[in-house]
Amino acid sequence: MLKVENVVCPFCGCLCDDVIVYVEDGAIKGVEKACSIGRSLFLKHREDLSLPSIDGRETSIDEAINEAVNILRDKKHVLIYGLSSTSIEAQRKALELADLIGASIDQTTSICHGPTSLAIHQTGIPTCTLGEVKNRADVVVFWGSNPLEAHQRHYERYSLIPKGMFVTEGRRGRKLVVVDVRPTPSSRAADIFIQVRPGEDYEVLNALRYMLKGGKLDGEVGGVKVETLKSLLDIMLSAKYGVIFIGMGLTMTRGKYHNVEAALSLAIELNSHTRWSVVAMRGHYNVSGAGMVLLWQTGFPMAVNFSLGYPRYSPGEYSAVDLLRRKEVDAVLVIASDPVANFPREAVRNLLSLPIIAIDPKRSLTTMVAKVVIPTAKVGIETEGTAYRMDGVPIRVKKILNSIYPSDEEVLDRIIAKIKGEERNA
Amino acid sequence: MPNDSLIIKGGIVYDPLNGVKGSIKDIYVKDGKIVEDLSEEAAEVIDVTGMIVAPANVDIHSHIAGPKVNSARLMRPEDHLRDPLRRKNGLRSGCGFSVPTTFVTAYRYLLLGYGTVMDPAVPPLKARHALEELEDTPVLDKGIYILMGNNNILYYLLKKGDKKSAKLFAAWLLKSAGGYAIKVVNPGGTESFKWGKIFNSLSDDTIWGIKPKVVVDILNEVACEFKLPHPVHLHTYNIGIPGSYKAALDTINAFKDNRLHLAHLQYFCYGGDSWATFRSESVKVVEALSNYENITADMGQVIFVDTTTMTADTPWEFTLHKLAGGRWSNSDVELETGSGIVPYRYRMDNLVNSVQWAVGLEIALLLGPWRVFLTTDHPNGGPFYFYPEVIKWLTSADARKEMIEKIHPKAKKRIYLHNIDREFSLYEMITMLSAAPAKALGLKEKGHLGAGADADIAIYKPKGSVAETLSRVEYLIKDGRVVVRHGEIVDASYIGRIIRVDTGVDDSALSNEVRELFDKFYSVTFSNYKVEDVYFKREVVKRVV
Repeated sequence: MLKVENVVCPFCGCLCDDVIVYVEDGAIKGVEKACSIGRSLFLKHREDLSLPSIDGRETSIDEAINEAVNILRDKKHVLIYGLSSTSIEAQRKALELADLIGASIDQTTSICHGPTSLAIHQTGIPTCTLGEVKNRADVVVFWGSNPLEAHQRHYERYSLIPKGMFVTEGRRGRKLVVVDVRPTPSSRAADIFIQVRPGEDYEVLNALRYMLKGGKLDGEVGGVKVETLKSLLDIMLSAKYGVIFIGMGLTMTRGKYHNVEAALSLAIELNSHTRWSVVAMRGHYNVSGAGMVLLWQTGFPMAVNFSLGYPRYSPGEYSAVDLLRRKEVDAVLVIASDPVANFPREAVRNLLSLPIIAIDPKRSLTTMVAKVVIPTAKVGIETEGTAYRMDGVPIRVKKILNSIYPSDEEVLDRIIAKIKGEERNA
Repeated sequence: MPNDSLIIKGGIVYDPLNGVKGSIKDIYVKDGKIVEDLSEEAAEVIDVTGMIVAPANVDIHSHIAGPKVNSARLMRPEDHLRDPLRRKNGLRSGCGFSVPTTFVTAYRYLLLGYGTVMDPAVPPLKARHALEELEDTPVLDKGIYILMGNNNILYYLLKKGDKKSAKLFAAWLLKSAGGYAIKVVNPGGTESFKWGKIFNSLSDDTIWGIKPKVVVDILNEVACEFKLPHPVHLHTYNIGIPGSYKAALDTINAFKDNRLHLAHLQYFCYGGDSWATFRSESVKVVEALSNYENITADMGQVIFVDTTTMTADTPWEFTLHKLAGGRWSNSDVELETGSGIVPYRYRMDNLVNSVQWAVGLEIALLLGPWRVFLTTDHPNGGPFYFYPEVIKWLTSADARKEMIEKIHPKAKKRIYLHNIDREFSLYEMITMLSAAPAKALGLKEKGHLGAGADADIAIYKPKGSVAETLSRVEYLIKDGRVVVRHGEIVDASYIGRIIRVDTGVDDSALSNEVRELFDKFYSVTFSNYKVEDVYFKREVVKRVV
């Protein structure tokens, strides 16, 4: 059995890079160090594979690509969506295609941490890499985030347990605060758990800011006693290096980017007293990278439209859900994502009426209803590539096994070449 | 297919490194290089009679790619909205202004006659990010400088007194991250800010108990012993504040025996003891530098424009955030460095900004084109595509006079610029843009048109003034390919090179102790830290001893 060490897990934004994988007869037989989600990702990677198909009939990859090209060339306004579970290399190609055909392009962040980007537009963000958390952070706050279930090794590798350069005692050298609307496995590990009334994080964050500036409050805010908030503020001020991890409990609840803006403002203001950073708990393993590529190629992190020949940015207008709800697109290219399973019902209903091209190694609700399915090699198992961890650290994910299918990058490259070839003939 | 042989016929050639000063001669190109001679039958002949032929320009210091540039893009959507660029002629669309997209960065540099641009501040942990953006910055040759002045492992080894390990580590780090030069930013200062402290000094103890001078000395030794083509690229302490000239003098005095490059020197030439008494002290800095040919600098010229400041000098960005108000981003990178970002508008009616504007021009005009190179520390002083404005001021005393009338009325008493008559000639300007920075970078194949040089050639149509002439190329040849023809980009399909240094220091040279520090304190494993070869699709490796 072949032992492959320091494998990078292509599942969540933790991008753990210490996983051990055992390979025999071209299949993964064992996994060590990964969390339960990561283990299952590696061990079951050959299950539920998609097949090349057109209108539900199995076909060859070449024919599926040809059909995709026909659709993309004929339609007036294509939406390209997904991107968060593929490599930087594929994301770059997806943008090249969007620019070429004047498409709208959006990534999964628009239904996840998109509001974090909107808040950063307003305030900026003091942030740090996860190794800084390990080495320096003596107070960590998880706000609207449940790492033990969603980012299972986060506590262990980065934020709570590890002994760092200046936090030599590990867990005992750190105070863990969890703020959430309900108790979770993550909050049970906390030194302090603060339960906020659903939808009132904004008020609680701004109460902290108000008190930081010397304001006096009494009673309670958002279901939390003011004394509790006062002691939280004292803890924050007494930290040498504090970090707030923000999750979808802030970004996707009432207030959305206002909540994040309040959290960022609090952290920025705390920096006049001591050091505080904010890190977004990004979900998919390369959702961070999708934002990075969009930013360096278009200047914007999501929801970009190329129909005028240059990138225009308008979340709420060019974001995937909104384009679908308003029936503004006539075909959808989905790359490594499952919008049929995740989008609001109205958006899904309209999506189902459109020709969908799905590029995905795995079967999903989206591939099941897609007009064209193009299976690809799984990034991080069957093909290599770069991914960006939740803190923006780029890591090279590995190829462990061979695949009979091309990579996402290769498929997109072939589509681009064919479309360009047609242009030249015309 | 591009023609692999070219004859550039009948141009007026300026080639400062070879002493050619406006002679009419033909330039021969074969397989991407300049050659002595070529027969006409096999080559494409480009008739450039009456045009200026010069080496393509080289930017020694421009923040065009990587984590902090992208963070700035995220923080400033409004910056892009006012400067969109359409997709055309096979070129990619994008946006410009202070933090332009990668393709737009390349296109605008090409039209200004550039062939090589160096990004001066990359944290090794995020080097892949910078390299990926540079892959999307086509045609240009590019390199990155690796931030080392606040590296915890380096400080740890120096504290132990283990200079040998410290030097090997620095040389290994430069190679592992794919860097071209060692960059130092406010040594000790970025680390101190992680503790909430502002630290600015070369001779005081940092929180590690090591003096910053000791760190820079060691890195100078690395540059020297490994014969790095470019010396330590130093952004010293006290940037941007009244009295910063003292830091410049202190720095020059501390390292006068070494080769050294002082980054964006303009920001370190201020006198006064408060913002109210802010004035130029460029003359004192120029005097101190005049005896030391071994020290070069770049301008860091300020433009009156709304721009974005970004630097690894995190305490300075925090200070600027408090001064300017508004948005602030900061990113601390484990064991290595950090970066800060603040949007900033330089105003003509602001006394401090007016003095800053004059200082950049003063140092350039007083020290001359072989010592100080044109930069705006893009985008810190303003976007690089304002270089033609700077060229106008450097080549015309009248243009400067006109500006001095427009800036803050009290500025005149605090600057020297109105007393300087010098006007750079076309030859001097070409020196400053190409020959001199190529020489300072140790890029022997760049910045000249002699046989064996890379065929990176900028060709300009003479216009009314030097600045107008140099504001846009008529042709740009890159590695023998015609990239710009008749003033338009015709071929940007080619990704350009990454230029990096191989110090020859491999993993085996690192002590077990360093490996242990890695395992304990980084959040990535050692084997996933180093930049893989796949990032260097086309490259030039400078092998040094």
